[in-house]
Amino acid sequence: MADLRRLFSLNSNDSSLDEALKRDLEEDQHPEDSPLSAREVSMHASAIRREEASMQRREEKAWVLSRRAYQVLSVLTALIIISVLLLNILDLPLFGEADNPTNNEVSARYLEYGLEEGGAVNLVADVILDYRAFDTLGESNVLFAAACTVILLLRRFSDAEQVHGMPEPLLLEEAPSDPLLMAAARLLVPVLLLFGCCIILNGHLGPGGGFAGGAVLGSGLILYLNAFGDQRASRVLTFRSFRILSASALMFYALSKAFSFFCGANGIPLDLPLGTPGSILSAGLILPLNMAVGLVVCCTVYAFFTLFRKGEI
Amino acid sequence: MWQELWNDRVEVAAIILFGIGLTTLLLNRNLIRKIIGFSFMDSAIFLFLAAEGYIAGGTAPIRTFSSDGTMVNPIPAGLVLTGIVVSVSVTALMLALTVRLYQRYHTLDFDEICRLEREKRQDPPGKEGF
Repeated sequence: MADLRRLFSLNSNDSSLDEALKRDLEEDQHPEDSPLSAREVSMHASAIRREEASMQRREEKAWVLSRRAYQVLSVLTALIIISVLLLNILDLPLFGEADNPTNNEVSARYLEYGLEEGGAVNLVADVILDYRAFDTLGESNVLFAAACTVILLLRRFSDAEQVHGMPEPLLLEEAPSDPLLMAAARLLVPVLLLFGCCIILNGHLGPGGGFAGGAVLGSGLILYLNAFGDQRASRVLTFRSFRILSASALMFYALSKAFSFFCGANGIPLDLPLGTPGSILSAGLILPLNMAVGLVVCCTVYAFFTLFRKGEI
Repeated sequence: MWQELWNDRVEVAAIILFGIGLTTLLLNRNLIRKIIGFSFMDSAIFLFLAAEGYIAGGTAPIRTFSSDGTMVNPIPAGLVLTGIVVSVSVTALMLALTVRLYQRYHTLDFDEICRLEREKRQDPPGKEGF
């Protein structure tokens, strides 16, 4: 190996390298030495390759083993969690009994006096928009915050405003207009929008309310966008009108409930016009709050769809 | 024990659905499938909450629906309403983050993203210590 070491020495002196090469050329004249050196080189190289391959195989085997262990452990963890929870179900009170601890005086009060104090026939609407309207305000805030965050993440600006460092967004090509879809949408979109408004307005009289009605309204707008294209849909709801609608609806909700809290904290009697139970114009603030919540949900659902589809509203 | 479990079958189904969701979340490498596992777990929680409010023989808590006045507990219905809206918001946020992750790493595989990130962090110090 001495000749190899001389060949690959880090000595950058040209003369010494020339001497080393000359010596090797002289040694190459002797036939008994030269094949040995070439064979040694090839054996050394193949040994290095074999060691690398075995190390790679060991790494791959370790990777597969750790992956297998992770799968077994995760299934085991899930099984342990399920069995612990199932054991706890045995300690729960019986299903559907009227004297369960969850059916306490709070729900009895809501069921008994809900119609008198809230004015709504639908007692769940009483609970979420009258007795516990603060929680619903928090929930509408969560929806609004999610819409704002998705806008932050996915909104695509025009080229002049491109933020430095933001990668090129995925742009789904708009599908060519489909006459079958357009014919069906001409029938369905008015029905969907009307149905959504009906659910919102009847939220205090039957099942429904702002959230369900807002979702149906948003679905109607999404069908309109899909059937008639981006140009016509952006005339219905632009980014500016989306901002104004959702922010003002949420602000109206917050201000009206702040008014209620103010009156309650200072002992001022709040005489809301409760109307006759069963008519649409009844239940005090529940109907306007339903409409505000419905607007927020409709705008948010539509915004989610258009942001994921084309990066702008 | 089996009689009690059969009696509480709705809650048992909710817990099993939760376990299925947890397993889906842990075992899949694709990010979209992990988000579907989250959605399973959310639905299981809502089923459990709604089942806790049921009273046998009661109708929906709407005054005009009940003939003799026994109504189901309205409070868990309100909790589930709030929960569904929060679940929708969180799912939308997770999907938006997945879109941005795909734009950055061009893969939806979670292990692949971790590996790329680890390599990116290891490369600069790796070049010096030759």
